[in-house]
Amino acid sequence: MGPDDTKLGARAKQRRLMLGAALALGTSAWVGRSAAAARTVRIGTTAVILEDQVSFLDDWRRYLEQRLQGGAVFVQRGSYREITALISNDELDFAWVCGYPYVANRASMRLLAMPLYHGKPLYQSYLIVPRSDGVTRSYADLAGKLFAYSDPNSNSGFLVPQYLMLRDGLDPQALFRKTFFTYAHRKVVSAVATGVADGGAVDGYVWETLALLSPELTAKTRVAVKSPEFGFPPLVARASIGQRDFLAMQDVLVGMSADPQGRVLLKRLNLDGFARDDPKTFDGIAEALAYVSARMRLPQ
Amino acid sequence: MTNFLPDSPALVANEAQRVSVAWQPPWLRRFSRARLPFRDLSYRFKIPFSVSVVILVTALIVSAVLIVHSYQYLRADLIANAESLGKTLSRALTPALLRDEMWQAYETIITPFDAPGDLESDRKTVVVLDAHQQVYVSSHPRLFRALTPLAEVSDSHGELARIVAQSASGAPFVVEGVLPNRIVVAVPVLSDDGIRLGTLLLTYAESLFLPRFWETVQQVLLSTLIVLAVLIPLGWYAGNRMVIPLLGLTRAMRRVGSEPPSRVGADLYLGGDEIGQLGRQFQAMLHELENKQALERQMIMSDRLASIGRLTAGIAHEINNPLGGMLNAINTCRHHGSADPVTARTISLLERGLLQIKETVSALLVEARLESHALTREDLEDVHTLVAHEAAKKQLAVRWYNWVGETVALPSTLVRQVLINLLLNAINAASAGGLVTCDVRVAEGTLRMQVSNDGRHFAPEQLDRLFEPFASDSGTGLGLWVVYQIVQQLRGEIRVSNGPPVTHFDLSFPL
Repeated sequence: MGPDDTKLGARAKQRRLMLGAALALGTSAWVGRSAAAARTVRIGTTAVILEDQVSFLDDWRRYLEQRLQGGAVFVQRGSYREITALISNDELDFAWVCGYPYVANRASMRLLAMPLYHGKPLYQSYLIVPRSDGVTRSYADLAGKLFAYSDPNSNSGFLVPQYLMLRDGLDPQALFRKTFFTYAHRKVVSAVATGVADGGAVDGYVWETLALLSPELTAKTRVAVKSPEFGFPPLVARASIGQRDFLAMQDVLVGMSADPQGRVLLKRLNLDGFARDDPKTFDGIAEALAYVSARMRLPQ
Repeated sequence: MTNFLPDSPALVANEAQRVSVAWQPPWLRRFSRARLPFRDLSYRFKIPFSVSVVILVTALIVSAVLIVHSYQYLRADLIANAESLGKTLSRALTPALLRDEMWQAYETIITPFDAPGDLESDRKTVVVLDAHQQVYVSSHPRLFRALTPLAEVSDSHGELARIVAQSASGAPFVVEGVLPNRIVVAVPVLSDDGIRLGTLLLTYAESLFLPRFWETVQQVLLSTLIVLAVLIPLGWYAGNRMVIPLLGLTRAMRRVGSEPPSRVGADLYLGGDEIGQLGRQFQAMLHELENKQALERQMIMSDRLASIGRLTAGIAHEINNPLGGMLNAINTCRHHGSADPVTARTISLLERGLLQIKETVSALLVEARLESHALTREDLEDVHTLVAHEAAKKQLAVRWYNWVGETVALPSTLVRQVLINLLLNAINAASAGGLVTCDVRVAEGTLRMQVSNDGRHFAPEQLDRLFEPFASDSGTGLGLWVVYQIVQQLRGEIRVSNGPPVTHFDLSFPL
């Protein structure tokens, strides 16, 4: 760390303290922040991406800092809900969240960019079973079994399976003997691969990317059901973000596929690039959410 | 030195001693004959071999103890590690069980499986049971299905479930012998207020510590081999060192009979230990043997001389009678005279011949002439005068020591005869320009005479027949025979110490 970094860090801390005071006063927006010339952007990440390794985020942070001409910090948390809470409270500038929390909290987030996977901002939820299970063709086949979800706030890892089961006339809460959360898609794959769970709901993009990175793990599982396509977990900004910052970040992300350095990072993410915001992409999730919440009580 | 005196009493005592050395209790004899293998093997091998066997046996016993100890230690170590691990895991499991976080519980219990392939084998398994002995989660979900009772896994697991259900204490406990070849450490999972939420079962195959055990065995065996490689040659060397004196003694004993006793015991080991004592004893025995042999030789010689004496006395007596008669007849014949010159010449010739026979016979048969006066200092000085002429002819130096002062109660004629014969012999044997010594003295009730000369000495075969008549080819051949007979008559004693360089004749006559 150079002396500049230290200064930036100190300023960020000061800003957080002031933010705390503002929240205590009940103010939801905080003005004057955009006046700062060189700022540090805080970006939250969740298990929607696989490359949560420190090395990748470090490289990406350096790339963003270079392109944004300012500081960038990645903030990681154990569950989706913590990141959702942070961005809703303006404690993060940007976050890579799941489509479900975004749809559920549209008021406190602003859609920033949509990752392009196989050229589209769409992905699927997979129902996976152990490779040894050759019979399961649907959720109904797993009646009385042990089932692993990734996160109660995950779209592909929780909401979509609920939606599909309900649509098939199944009761997700009674169908399985027991369910549990692993709080990461990769761990759902592990749980199914080792046999801890008889089935699991996993982000299709994560599973496919894992199949490239750790084929020996995914080889122990079999995809039994692929859901319809839903909006890919998007990058969002806090609702109060300044337009200039918003556009600066959006330009950097969208421009990644156009420059070699960005393409290297995208390849590590197994993504094609980023598209500008199109909230309609998440209508499918909104519909599923509405369908599910009308029929059962969703965990918070 | 050759001693011509009969028996010494020491010999009898030594015979008795030798008998007592050879004696051995019968039970010991029987034992030593029947029980010991390799009885006929040389001690050169037997002792080093025994030392090596003792070293080997000791090393093997120590190794065996170490191996058994290490087996027990490794087993205890495995259990102790399992208990410690179980306690740690059970504390981490408490929140997961309380909140029903199955994945968190799974991630907790697989932390000890850090080596690749650990989860593929079932040598080590961790199972979390809920309060009803039902599998909550396990490291091997395919063996222990979640939410199924432990008793459904197998009969022995049913027994294990029963034991777990019966245990009321909150402390870890070890279950051995229920699962085949497996050690189970059960650790209750307790909530903060002591409620038993479930039980953690850590199961280890005994084969888990076998690799470490074999490693230890290899190390122990290697150390043992190194120790043996050092100790056995050392033991062999020490054993050999111990045996060397014994071998020397054995070699010496084997030489008895084929070599003179004085040469046999020359280089024996004579330390203070038993073999050294044996060596000394053996040397003493050799010495006695030498004495005995000398004595035997001397007795044979005495016997022979006595026989000769008897023979010559008998012959002399038988000759003297007719001889006296014949000489008388010649005398008578002369008195009554006959003018026949031939007869006269013949008679004269006969008389000379007969007188020569008489001289020879009387020389052979020395008769005590007890009428002779007692020996005086002057008698001895006369002898000096008599031999001085002979000595002068060979230019010899004669050292004359006459310590006799008073009259000695011995017949002077015989003593003088002895001294003259010895001195003439010495002068004859001495080298030209050499030295002859004569020493005569009275001490402790005996008259001692010593005559010595340098020059020629006697050959061994000469020594055996020294005093026999006509044994020597010089002189008359009767000189020493006469000396011997006189000494016998006076109950004296002769010792001959044969050179080189100096030959001594020691005589002593009791007074």
